[in-house]
Amino acid sequence: MLLGVTLVGAAEPPRLTPPDDLFKAGTLSPVMPAPEVALVGSDGKPFSIARFRGKVVLLAFGFSNCGEVCPITLATLAGARRKLGADAADVQVAYVTVDPERDNAAQMKKFLGSFDPTFVGGVGTRAQLEAAYTSYGISVNKVTQPDGSYTLGHSSSIYMIDRAGGLRAVMPYGHPADDFVHDLKILLRS
Amino acid sequence: MSTRKFWILATPLLGAALAALGWAGFAPIQVSSHEEVFEIPKGTWARRRAGDQVEILPERIRLTVGLNDVLVIHNLDDVPQTFGPTIMMPGQSFSLPFERAASYQFICTAHASGQLTIDVEPEPTTPWSRIHWRAREWWEKHKK
Repeated sequence: MLLGVTLVGAAEPPRLTPPDDLFKAGTLSPVMPAPEVALVGSDGKPFSIARFRGKVVLLAFGFSNCGEVCPITLATLAGARRKLGADAADVQVAYVTVDPERDNAAQMKKFLGSFDPTFVGGVGTRAQLEAAYTSYGISVNKVTQPDGSYTLGHSSSIYMIDRAGGLRAVMPYGHPADDFVHDLKILLRS
Repeated sequence: MSTRKFWILATPLLGAALAALGWAGFAPIQVSSHEEVFEIPKGTWARRRAGDQVEILPERIRLTVGLNDVLVIHNLDDVPQTFGPTIMMPGQSFSLPFERAASYQFICTAHASGQLTIDVEPEPTTPWSRIHWRAREWWEKHKK
């Protein structure tokens, strides 16, 4: 009987539904302005956070010779923009190189254009790029291969910046496009 | 003691034990908050710069999907701290939800080793997993 009483009392309660405005990404509080960067865009224009004010910006760091992480990230972001439909016009993907030795504006334009022609890359001098990495806590590790070539290990999160230039959220690497769509919808309506 | 007396005494105890197991296995686990909160205290960077191997966060943090699945870090230090996928300014907090069970490796400047592992376990939905979860929580609460 005791067990019976226990089982009756153990009926599943209704699960709490997360509120719609709960991000899939990690969120920062209080919201502070996204650190500014001063680079050159793959479209030949100055590349800064201020330039994209009014749009929601997805800022990430990578390099055009990346064989694994960057193509997956860029394909995911391109997929998220496609799923947003017309709202994608208010979303800007900005991709800063971590490989100033090999990436220039033309190389980045070609690389990013293969995923989505609206993506803008950021290149610059080592000093300009180092300043950007420091501002966003980006780590870059050069790994030399036996044949003398090299690859780069780097931070792979995607920074989500709102229309007013506030750094709102950070999506760790590996989330699907639907998670970006979910969070972008929140940012686009706020 | 006769067999009859033994069973008179043992039956309520067995019943209570069964009831406790039944509760632990079948009663839904309720938590007051999904957040697992940690703080990086003021002065952490200065102490580390002075050579103090201060450890303010565990090397591994265990979370459970559906229960405590949001990691919250408050940066009370005077300098920015890189935690996991982001950098936190002084006075800023970072709240990171987890929906998938896995082991996550993150960079963390608040650690002497610079690394942090977050083990996210699946939601305990079976009777055995609930008993296991409750027993471990009880043990960790009382061993302190």
